[in-house]
Amino acid sequence: MKRFRGFVKKEFFHIFRDKRSLFILFGMPIAQILLFGFAITNEINNVEVAILDYAKDSESEKIIQKLKASEYFNIETEITNEKAIASEFKKGKIKAVLLFEKDFSKKLHTENKATIQVITDATEPNIANTIANYTQSILLNYQNQNSSAKNIGINIQTRMLYNPELKSVFNFVPGVMTVILMLVSAMMTSISITREKELGTMEVLLVSPLKPFQVIVGKVFPYVFLSIINAIVIVSMGYFIFGMPINGSLFLLAFESILFIVTALSLGIFISTISKTQQTAMMISLMGLMLPVIILSGFIFPIASMPLPMQVMSNIIPAKWFIIIVKSIMLKGVGLQYIAKETLILVLMTVVYIGLSIKNYKTRLE
Amino acid sequence: MRIIRYIIQKEFKQIFRDKGMLRLIFILPILQLLILSNAATFDVKNIKVAIVDNSHSMQSRALIEKFQMNSYFAETKLLNSSNEGIEYIKKGKTDAVIEIPQQFEKQLVNGNKTSIQVLINAIDGATAGVQNVYIAQIVKQFNLNITLENKNLSSQQNLSRIEMIPSFWYNKTLNYKTFMVQGILVLLVTMLTLFLSSMNIVREKELGTLEQINVTPIKKHQFIIGKLFPFWVLGLVILTIGLLIAKLVFNVPMLGNIFLVYLFTSIYLLLILGIGLFISNHTETQQQAMFIAWFFMVIFILMSGLFTPIESMPKWAQNITLLNPIRYFVEFIRMVLLKGAGLQEVLLNLSVITVFAITINGLAVWSYKKTN
Repeated sequence: MKRFRGFVKKEFFHIFRDKRSLFILFGMPIAQILLFGFAITNEINNVEVAILDYAKDSESEKIIQKLKASEYFNIETEITNEKAIASEFKKGKIKAVLLFEKDFSKKLHTENKATIQVITDATEPNIANTIANYTQSILLNYQNQNSSAKNIGINIQTRMLYNPELKSVFNFVPGVMTVILMLVSAMMTSISITREKELGTMEVLLVSPLKPFQVIVGKVFPYVFLSIINAIVIVSMGYFIFGMPINGSLFLLAFESILFIVTALSLGIFISTISKTQQTAMMISLMGLMLPVIILSGFIFPIASMPLPMQVMSNIIPAKWFIIIVKSIMLKGVGLQYIAKETLILVLMTVVYIGLSIKNYKTRLE
Repeated sequence: MRIIRYIIQKEFKQIFRDKGMLRLIFILPILQLLILSNAATFDVKNIKVAIVDNSHSMQSRALIEKFQMNSYFAETKLLNSSNEGIEYIKKGKTDAVIEIPQQFEKQLVNGNKTSIQVLINAIDGATAGVQNVYIAQIVKQFNLNITLENKNLSSQQNLSRIEMIPSFWYNKTLNYKTFMVQGILVLLVTMLTLFLSSMNIVREKELGTLEQINVTPIKKHQFIIGKLFPFWVLGLVILTIGLLIAKLVFNVPMLGNIFLVYLFTSIYLLLILGIGLFISNHTETQQQAMFIAWFFMVIFILMSGLFTPIESMPKWAQNITLLNPIRYFVEFIRMVLLKGAGLQEVLLNLSVITVFAITINGLAVWSYKKTN
């Protein structure tokens, strides 16, 4: 035990001596969470839109004023004929053109029907769709205000639970936290163990009186410690800077975070047992994990909307389960019984990774 | 020139000797392009809604049926109380709960207003907003039907209406794959070349072989060019495979000039390799190099405008994206492939990338001399 303690101490010493790595390990999560917390949002506003008004009459003027008043649209670009649309789209600044037909007011009053064409640059389907929806609702409001008809039928009272202001930062803080913990933990361990292998020092360690198990734990332990500090930093920043609530138990959140860190670390150990060089370890842990974690975890794209095979595949991404856990505890404020399934899956994944690592490790030593 | 050729030969041999690594270099990007392009969609579909029907009437059943028929809603569960509904939301078993009041039918038949309560799990604000719109649309449609049935009202109703005709250019069906495939390809090419190059030279440092090279007559620029050239080729190869997949598997339109894409990528790769070299120069171990490469990559990816719109970012963040190479590539490749933009329209992107490439490589070569 004393020998083991000495080894862990040495590993800590190694990490803390390397000021640059230390700076990166602590500084980067802070920089990233600040950057993304303030900058990244799914909301769509200030979309640059041009108006092509063939009517130039009272109704079209009024509607244009409505559009200009909305925070969704920026209307700056002048456009006077349809031929200009394609070239404006190719320049990429404007995303849509709202086209008023000739005699807009007249048609509306005499024929009871007038049309507005919404031509969108749909290379970005999300923005195109949203522009169409926004325009539709602005038009509906405009008509409702002018309509004398009695308003009958069903009224909807909507309550947005857990995030009434629909802040996207509530979605991004858990996401960024997960991405950082996942990649830092898995990456760090995978490369730090392969590093010993590549430099030939692993053999030295293995002939020492320390058991292989102790060697691994000793190497991983400092990273558990570092990741926990990172988790604390991220949660506090989410709470103090971005106003994320912590409605559930802080103790439970801490427990789940440690569980997730251990899952990610054991994935890192597994990666290190299947790679000989740091480059291979890096390819698997960075190149192999980064995009799947970002795209398949539900961090940015809603999993329920994916095609079924992708939904099934998302189940093997540990990050998916941790994001659900963090959101449930912080925003919904629920207890362990509501996230028992997710917790169990993470435990199971950890066991599988460690089991596989031990199996691989033994065969390598022969 | 001969020396450079030898180094290049040596580097290629090294890459091809490590079969495991080689497999990873090709398989990881291809697999991810094939899989992840399907997953990256902002469509809101398969909404699960739980309905508490306190009215149990013809009208309430008619409204519920509207939800069941709508393709956006995957599940409509009937529950007994809204408390049960909230429990469902907490457990993640449903996205929204709709409660229909007891007096629902009575009030509707009498021509009065009635109201339903909608609870939405709003943790993901963007999705919740869209779900809200869909629910509102169904209810509006239902209202319209009632109005039309109620004939004496409809005669007085002011029926003049403004019709909106949407037309979606360049992507008529609003297909997300058309939009995502090249973007993800850009990410994969960037990640691959950045990670490999940033770890490569520092590796020689870490293993001590760099000292040996420095005492040979090989000049530094020869060494650097020899080291980086294979990755440049690799980037172009992966791009080619990716474009073929985009065309053959995902049927992505390619309207613009493909040579323009290669011209841009050639310069872009020099920029990425320059960043890799720069990272290599300023680190001592592969681990450090990897951390730095990772840090910038996450920022580059999330601030590229690929997943979230740049226009919605605050001004200062928009300004930061001006330094992001991926931003220019994503913009460029969409403009050329999807809109058929020509050299003139993408000249700005091309020149920015060129200036960046010259600057970073200049800095890298300069700092390389200083450290040795």
